[in-house]
Amino acid sequence: MMADHAEVTERTVVAELLTFLEERTKSAVTEDQDLFATGAVSSMFAMQLVVHLEEAYDVTIVGGDLKQVNFRTVRAMAELVLRLREAQGVTGGA
Amino acid sequence: MSQERTPLVKCLVWDLDNTLWQGTLLEDDEVRLAQAVRTVISTLDERGILQSVASKNDHDHAWRRLEELGVAEYFVHPMIGWSAKSGSIRAIADALSFAHGTIAFVDDQPTERAEVSYHLPEVRCYSADQVMTLLELPEFSPEVVTVDARRRRQMYQAGLRRVAERETFEGPDEEFLRSLELEMRIGRATAAELTRVEELTLRTSQMNATGVHYSDATLRELLDSPDHEVLVTTMSDRFGPHGAVGVLLLRTDAGVWRLRLLATSCRVVSFGAGTAILNWLSDQAARAGVHLVADFRRTSRNRMMEIAYRFAGFEEEDCACLAAIAPEDDITTLHLLPGRTDPPTTMRLTAPDLSGR
Repeated sequence: MMADHAEVTERTVVAELLTFLEERTKSAVTEDQDLFATGAVSSMFAMQLVVHLEEAYDVTIVGGDLKQVNFRTVRAMAELVLRLREAQGVTGGA
Repeated sequence: MSQERTPLVKCLVWDLDNTLWQGTLLEDDEVRLAQAVRTVISTLDERGILQSVASKNDHDHAWRRLEELGVAEYFVHPMIGWSAKSGSIRAIADALSFAHGTIAFVDDQPTERAEVSYHLPEVRCYSADQVMTLLELPEFSPEVVTVDARRRRQMYQAGLRRVAERETFEGPDEEFLRSLELEMRIGRATAAELTRVEELTLRTSQMNATGVHYSDATLRELLDSPDHEVLVTTMSDRFGPHGAVGVLLLRTDAGVWRLRLLATSCRVVSFGAGTAILNWLSDQAARAGVHLVADFRRTSRNRMMEIAYRFAGFEEEDCACLAAIAPEDDITTLHLLPGRTDPPTTMRLTAPDLSGR
């Protein structure tokens, strides 16, 4: 988790997600790697990703935003987080 | 549909001193286990209700006594130590992936019951005086006891061994899943399998997409219906069988298949069972040249199922195929234009061909 007052940018989100994923999957991940290409990602893991983004960045992810393309890469998740923070008026640090 | 009734207890957590056995182990090495209590334990086990332990004792000492008394094998994920019982019960619920509302706790000490109720208000607490009456209570009396129910404890114990192995497994999730040698079989339900299915829809709140329960009688009628498919999924791996883990009710009309019910057991969620079933169905629908729609009613417990649908590509969108579907209260109709999908890489799948319907 990041420091309380750190500014949330695409760069910080990408860095934090890479760490999170490498711990979770016990393998190296890159920001443009397709996490779902192998079809091996379980619904449990998908749920963990969604819940992690919501808790770490204070956003709510529902409905059409839950589509897989938004979670396919670390970069796509970072873009989703920043878009939702903007739309949902989240200003504080993560 | 079955009526609302007292929710079944899925796991009973026992205190030991003066509850399970008579006496206090620290003061008396020879604490006794009444024959009647022994009967309660073995009967609950046969009914498919799991049992665990939350006891303040020295772990090795208490476990040795349970072994001497010949009942240790009945307990799944026992928590014996000096921490608060609410913490022990929370750990048991987490290990089993059970909601707190499906856990019961029996303890002779009012203070311990109060501590648990304070932190975990959904857990149902019973006093030691009630032990002899537990077997009569509706929450401990499932209507149907299936072949899976009698094996449930062994299945959970195998499941916990899998988890332990996963924690020590160094490598990506996918490699771990492959190492399990998972097999999934999807088949048309037979009359005999329907009791397993009914129990599954009653027990599986977390992964029941519609939140609607189908009774044995309703599903039995649909077995013979020419425009419905009732499918049961079973799974196994190298640790043993998981039993019946999923049920799928499909209405098959010309041009569109409607998924009325998809429920999967929380035991197999982490193996990607829901995703594998949805991908298979999408492939079948694509071959048959039909659209897929899925009923979804959001509950406080089935978010994971919504994510499984959304990740599989289901969306709230307009399509001509939805015209024939009458809207129902609080049910969202999700739509998918299905595409061919590859078989899963992490399990061997055997399934019927529906595309010729």
